[in-house]
Amino acid sequence: MLKCPPTAKSEKHTWEGHMAEAALLNVNNLEAWYGESHVLHGVSFDVRKGEVVTLIGRNGAGKTTTLRSLIGVVGKRRGTSLFKGVDLLNVAPHKVARMGIGYVPEERGIFSTLSVIENLMFPPAWQAGGMEIDEIYGLFPNLKGRDHTPGTRLSGGEQQMLAIGRILRTGADFILLDEPTEGIAPVIIDEIGAALRILKARGMTIILVEQNLRFAASVADRHFVLDQGKVVDEISNNALDANMDRLNRYLGV
Amino acid sequence: MTEIFGVPVAVLLGQLLLGLINGSFYALLSLGLAIIFGMLNVINFAHGAFYMLGGFAAWFLLSRLGLGYWGTLLAAPIMVGALGVLVERLLLKRLYRMDHLYSLLLTFGIALMVEGLFRHIFGSAGMPYPVPPSLTGGINLGFIFLPLYRGWVIVISLVICILTWLAIERTKLGAYLRAATENPALVQAFGINVPLLLTLTYAFCVGLAGFAGALAAPLYQVSPGMGSSIIIVVFAVVVIGGMGSIGGAIVTALGLGIIEGLTKTFYPAASSIAVFVVMVLVILIRPSGLFNREA
Ligand SMILES: Nc1ncnc2c1ncn2[C@@H]1O[C@H](COP(=O)(O)OP(=O)(O)OP(=O)(O)O)[C@@H](O)[C@H]1O
Ligand SMILES: [Mg+2]
Repeated sequence: MLKCPPTAKSEKHTWEGHMAEAALLNVNNLEAWYGESHVLHGVSFDVRKGEVVTLIGRNGAGKTTTLRSLIGVVGKRRGTSLFKGVDLLNVAPHKVARMGIGYVPEERGIFSTLSVIENLMFPPAWQAGGMEIDEIYGLFPNLKGRDHTPGTRLSGGEQQMLAIGRILRTGADFILLDEPTEGIAPVIIDEIGAALRILKARGMTIILVEQNLRFAASVADRHFVLDQGKVVDEISNNALDANMDRLNRYLGV
Repeated sequence: MTEIFGVPVAVLLGQLLLGLINGSFYALLSLGLAIIFGMLNVINFAHGAFYMLGGFAAWFLLSRLGLGYWGTLLAAPIMVGALGVLVERLLLKRLYRMDHLYSLLLTFGIALMVEGLFRHIFGSAGMPYPVPPSLTGGINLGFIFLPLYRGWVIVISLVICILTWLAIERTKLGAYLRAATENPALVQAFGINVPLLLTLTYAFCVGLAGFAGALAAPLYQVSPGMGSSIIIVVFAVVVIGGMGSIGGAIVTALGLGIIEGLTKTFYPAASSIAVFVVMVLVILIRPSGLFNREA
């Protein structure tokens, strides 16, 4: 059974009480470097509570780097990224998860030395309200009964489910998802899409990096277009069809 | 008297026992080296120096402060581990992003300086260190007379190696360590303080070396050169077992101790090179080591 999304009552005393329409995450002029190479040149966007936003853009635009900058695994950073009122640039990398941010990396990051269940149980639960193992199996039935298989023996799609599933246990309510559909069979893409819609209905906030526009449109509220380390456009999901030409120009399709 | 290939059985068993004792020390040291390599990506040439420091700490605590054997066996590794914290926090930490070579040179330099300093202060001769009264004497096992202290060394080394192995393979903390070996950035992104984990790992492993040094003191005396003479063999053990394989390091260490003992019995002239001959063979046949997972 899935739990109900958090009620409005329980949120009354959080920072949102004072800033009704303010964003949960507000990224402003974020710059990032890998060593000497300057990769992000001022990324700005915002994410409201309960929203799914995507970062789209061609290969090398800086989508992954943007996510990595939020959690502090790039070299140097500049700018601000206010999350629940705290600038993530001032938070030590190992403390970001403790604020309820879950990260699903592009390469999935399943540990080969750990079994499926060990991978699933791996991230500590930092906040209350995380899913139980059975709920995660309900969301991703493919993972069921595979407990003792080494994590990396699963198919690519199953590994993706495992990478998402293990974050759901931690109580994270803000999820960074990097290209969950990359190189995955269409059937499994549909299952992941269905799971994301359920998570959204539960009140999760999600940043989705995606190249598959059809998939992005099926879950997102707004899309931010990244190009050469900058956000160059914002398109609401309702306006997506009307702006297809513009979008395809950005993506160079 | 029974003989095997012209060697009396009692002599053979005696050498096997000696081999097993050497193997116990190899195991305590190579275990730490393998973990440090796996987790920190550092080839810790200072490991022998920490072993020697453990011996000297035990000697100092016993002869100068009058702490008993059991107290020194506990305190010496803690002191060495604390020194490990300093070395990791102040020096090694800065080199993780760089090539292996830098940390290798750093730890090699530390080893040379520490050994040089101790030679300068204490000279090259060994400091005697008594066997604790509770472990003097021995037991007659029928086929062989086993000095109690030697039996103790083998038992406690095995117990510590197995506990360490279990902690890494079977506990949550061990899962963090294994995962951090694969993908430290991601483990950090899950909220685990990886830098702290690395410091504690280094401290624990050099603490193990310090423990081995304190344990060895009553058998081999305490001298500035004790670390550098054992560490070369220990490196060979780690290469044979496979860098980064913890179980492999333990099994290989004991096996090589025994092979050394057997060589001493049947062909004494070759005993000091036996380990290296095995190493060459392993490198030729299975370059990544006998127990390496990625092999
Ligand atoms: N570890 C790194 N070191 C140096 N440069 C890097 C590193 N990772 C990425 N880059 C560079 O940074 C730029 C942005 O890369 P990033 O991975 O953020 O792009 P992306 O939008 O996620 O692309 P893709 O769609 O291919 O995943 C690229 O030019 C890339 O070559
Ligand atoms: Mg990417």
